[in-house]
Amino acid sequence: MTEGFLFQALIYLTAAIVCVPIAKRLGMGSVLGYLLAGIVIGPYAFGFIGREGQDIMHFAEFGVVMMLFLIGLELEPSHFWGMRHRILGMGSAQIIVTSLVLCAGMMLMNFNWKTALASSLALAMSSTAIVLQSMKEKGLGDTAAGKGSFAVLLFQDIAVIPILALLPLLAVSTGNGTGGQGKVILEGLPGWLQTAAVLGAGGAVVLAGRFVVVPFLRVVARTHLRELLTAAALLIVIATAFLMQLVGLSPALGTFLAGVVLANSEFRHELESDIEPFKGLLLGLFFIAVGASINFKLLIDSPLQIISLVCAVIAVKTIVLIGTGRLFKLSLDQNLIFALGLSQVGEFAFVLFGFMHQLHILPDQMADRMMAITAFSMTITPLLLFINERFILPRFGTREVETKEADIIDVQHPVIIAGFGDFGSTIGRFLRANGIEATILDNDSDRVDLLRKVGFKVFYGDAARTDILKSAGVDEARILIIAIADPSISCDLVEKIQKQHPHLTIMVRTKDREDAYEMLDLGVKDVYRESLDTSIRLAVDALVKLGYRRHAATRAGQNFLKYDEAALLKLAPHRHDEKSYIYNAREQITLQEQLLANDREVNPTINDHAWESDLRKDQSGEG
Amino acid sequence: MLTAMTSADKGKHENDNTSTPAIIIHREGEGTKDGAHLHARRLLILFAHPRYEKSRVNRALLNALPVSDAITLHDLYELYPDYNIDVEAEKQLLLAHDILIWHHPFYMYSAPAILKQWLDLVLEYGWAHGDGGDFLKDKTAFNVITTGGTREAYRSDGFNRFTIREFLRPFEQTARLCKMSYLPTFAVQGTYRLTDEELSRHAADYAFLLQQLSAGPDSCEEMEKFDFLNDWIAAGQRTEAP
Repeated sequence: MTEGFLFQALIYLTAAIVCVPIAKRLGMGSVLGYLLAGIVIGPYAFGFIGREGQDIMHFAEFGVVMMLFLIGLELEPSHFWGMRHRILGMGSAQIIVTSLVLCAGMMLMNFNWKTALASSLALAMSSTAIVLQSMKEKGLGDTAAGKGSFAVLLFQDIAVIPILALLPLLAVSTGNGTGGQGKVILEGLPGWLQTAAVLGAGGAVVLAGRFVVVPFLRVVARTHLRELLTAAALLIVIATAFLMQLVGLSPALGTFLAGVVLANSEFRHELESDIEPFKGLLLGLFFIAVGASINFKLLIDSPLQIISLVCAVIAVKTIVLIGTGRLFKLSLDQNLIFALGLSQVGEFAFVLFGFMHQLHILPDQMADRMMAITAFSMTITPLLLFINERFILPRFGTREVETKEADIIDVQHPVIIAGFGDFGSTIGRFLRANGIEATILDNDSDRVDLLRKVGFKVFYGDAARTDILKSAGVDEARILIIAIADPSISCDLVEKIQKQHPHLTIMVRTKDREDAYEMLDLGVKDVYRESLDTSIRLAVDALVKLGYRRHAATRAGQNFLKYDEAALLKLAPHRHDEKSYIYNAREQITLQEQLLANDREVNPTINDHAWESDLRKDQSGEG
Repeated sequence: MLTAMTSADKGKHENDNTSTPAIIIHREGEGTKDGAHLHARRLLILFAHPRYEKSRVNRALLNALPVSDAITLHDLYELYPDYNIDVEAEKQLLLAHDILIWHHPFYMYSAPAILKQWLDLVLEYGWAHGDGGDFLKDKTAFNVITTGGTREAYRSDGFNRFTIREFLRPFEQTARLCKMSYLPTFAVQGTYRLTDEELSRHAADYAFLLQQLSAGPDSCEEMEKFDFLNDWIAAGQRTEAP
């Protein structure tokens, strides 16, 4: 089965690429697609992969860690702080009530209380990977359901730590518990030292994020080697995860914290777009591994038992979640999404069940069952969400209009400014003075640093890279202002944007007439030659200094600007046809000469007889 | 094809669903051939409001405009933010219409500055008046205004000491100078205290007036007997009601 790395990679990638588009086509979301892909290549269907699915799952869990880092990046510390009530309230309500109900149920089924308690704590967990991925895909991240789900998941992440600490106390036979998940250096230390180490690690992440990572990234950015920044981004995530594991904290939680700390930095969008593809692939791999690890043999042997257990667990979780949602005043449609979305058992349960097995809290057979229940429930919830979205919500028609709460995930600005030199920063200042905050991108890390000190929200990143634009929110933006000095970069960017975001309004700075033509050829309507207005202003002032009345000079300037723009538009389509271009250009020059001559003779304005009374006097002898 | 708005505005009107109130633009040049509008008089609203986005009353009036090929809304401040009026384009627009309406708030007993600029620049000697200035001959003009003060405030014994008609003499005489006939004013007054119902009644009246002017029988002579076009509408309703 294992014919080397290439064969494996071939199987996984093929499965994903075949199954995911089909699932998406059917409106089921990518998560279900990956899970199905896993089932198809797993030991119970085609059998391309066997038991090693489990190992791959542990490896791919790192995708969840990366996902939390990315979520952290989108969440500024102040917003995170604003969520604390929701996290503590919703999170604790969900875990405590769910665990108690499940525990009571299991004790009624004659399990001993220790096994029951431990298992029900694990079953109370939901899957961060599945829920957040599904929510994001359906664009629900910003809704009340999305925010609530996130709060609950975050609390669960935090709760894993005390639960892991609690489990050894429940061990049926003591001694064998080695502390499970990589608690390497802290074993045997006195309690206070362990606590100190945990707090120290958290503090280290915050301090390093503030004072070490950003200057370090600046140094890397100055090398102008793109892959080095990617490597640095990966290093940050991995180093944080490693540190957390060292002190026995959840790596996901640690990287989340690191993300939040870095959310305010100028490298936010750069980091986001560097980590994003890794996260996506690893998560996909993770879902495939979950699909492949589903033990269909158990299902076939005792279908009734497994099915009824899965249904019971999902039902209990859903009901408790609906209650929680009610308590936090979610509207019915939001509450259904929230409750069904979180109703599965999560990937942490795999870890916890494994640990319990080691501690002999769970007998072999039970552990297998629980793992199977977990995997089944993970497969079922995307389906439930799909059914809810397609059949239940439309029927009840309770799509209540949602009142907007304070945004948690930083809402993107409607304007993106690419290039923040003198030109761009003037635009940014003006917009800001009028209450429009723009997202600003620049790839000169020294300048970004400087502007940030002055108080601009600038991000480091090459605007010509569409992935950076994507994380800067190009999907939600209405206007992209390209204020880049280099015309070839601008052209390149315009071409890419037009292909990927045809509805985005592009406003572009160009150097001269030639550049402006290039842009017009590309179909950009809003083209601004960088020196046109300024030179006319200077010329107007020159006229004034020579003795013209300022109003007349200003009108002449306005008319000249209008005329010049019109001439530009008129010439643009003929430019490629060289003969006609020359003809037209000559025509234009003649026209301009004529006008200029006219101006000298009559008036400094072009064809402007406004307020002239000479004519009238000559002809009628009045006034 | 849209009205002359295309001239110097590089697509600046794409205000999709923002807070800026969108101005409705009516089509020009089409639809006149199909029988219904064959004899329709064409109306040009020269709208001048420097803070339209803040004007509840004018928003209501414009939003209620009937959708018709015969009515063109021409938003001067939107088109000429720098007061640099395109005289040629304006003349063409005038030639394509029969009735022109100066629609503006009543600032310091007159119109906002751009409308004066418009009068000064567009109504050229030798074109609109004077020797050979016959291009506007036999057209009709009138003002549509909004005032904060009530009608009672605009009387010889009132707070403002003169009537609206007196204040608007320059417009009246300008129309006559250009050989146009001048109708009474349609005025929405006491705007600060208008209730929503009153406002929507005014808006409906305005729409009704425009419809009558464009498609109804020629009642201009009848209209000239009233102080305000509002009164003509009210009288018409009274006689029609029983």
